[in-house]
Amino acid sequence: MRSLLFSRITLVWFGLVAATALSWGMGHGFGFADTRHAGVTILVVAFIKVRFVILDFMEIRHAPLFLRGIAETWFVVACATLVTLYLGAPSGPAS
Amino acid sequence: MTTTATMPRPARAARHMPGEEGIWVFIFGDLMMFSLLFGVFLFYRRGSVELFTQSQTHLSQTFGVLNTFLMLSSSWFVALAVRAARLNMGRTTPTLLFMAFGCGVGFVIVKFLEYSEKIRAGITLATNDFFMYYFIFTGIHLMHVLIGTAVLVFLARSTRVGEFDARRMRNLESGASFWHAVDLLWIVLFALLYLIK
Repeated sequence: MRSLLFSRITLVWFGLVAATALSWGMGHGFGFADTRHAGVTILVVAFIKVRFVILDFMEIRHAPLFLRGIAETWFVVACATLVTLYLGAPSGPAS
Repeated sequence: MTTTATMPRPARAARHMPGEEGIWVFIFGDLMMFSLLFGVFLFYRRGSVELFTQSQTHLSQTFGVLNTFLMLSSSWFVALAVRAARLNMGRTTPTLLFMAFGCGVGFVIVKFLEYSEKIRAGITLATNDFFMYYFIFTGIHLMHVLIGTAVLVFLARSTRVGEFDARRMRNLESGASFWHAVDLLWIVLFALLYLIK
């Protein structure tokens, strides 16, 4: 049971929970003067979490390279597109 | 010349396709569809940032965070269940899958509490664009959660007895991969709908 629990999977879960708490704080604007900076950071942190889910929970880290390639490509394209679309919006009060 | 023939082999042999190939076609198709929905949401948000930000204040971040915690924990239990099956740990695998199922049911209950709170406050799909996206996106995701919880029960029941042969291991990995996809979609949905201003 120890070898099962004390593994990378548990460490990843702990990191994902910690990152969620951090994002929640950023959603309330902690540490950011500009909500757009907070917004971009929240999106990037979400995608970093997604990458850990893909690589470690879904076990794509050790999957055939074509599968990892598709996953990594999706990750980069989706993250970049969403951040670009988000930044394309006028910031609330300043606009 | 001789090194190219011998070097790559160990690395290739160590790589393992989790589950059936078909499940990956389905998962990536699903990810593409959701990515499109996420893009549509941010595209139309550009024209009404104030409305979206104002509407977002009516969402309960507590429910959102609670559901994120439930999804992440559920995924963790499933990942542990797959590992336990590889280590041939007997009943540990179905026990972990039932724990994952419990988290999935918790997610569904929280979602229904959240929906009923909104409906009592007079907020529906027709209230405005933000809530239209909110109900449609979270509704489609909830359907995935319901299918996923059924898969978890099936896997938990089928792993209760006997050895984990190659076929059962592949089924377990396929179901687990689908459940992790449901988890990762929620991670992005939570950021988009509940957090970004």
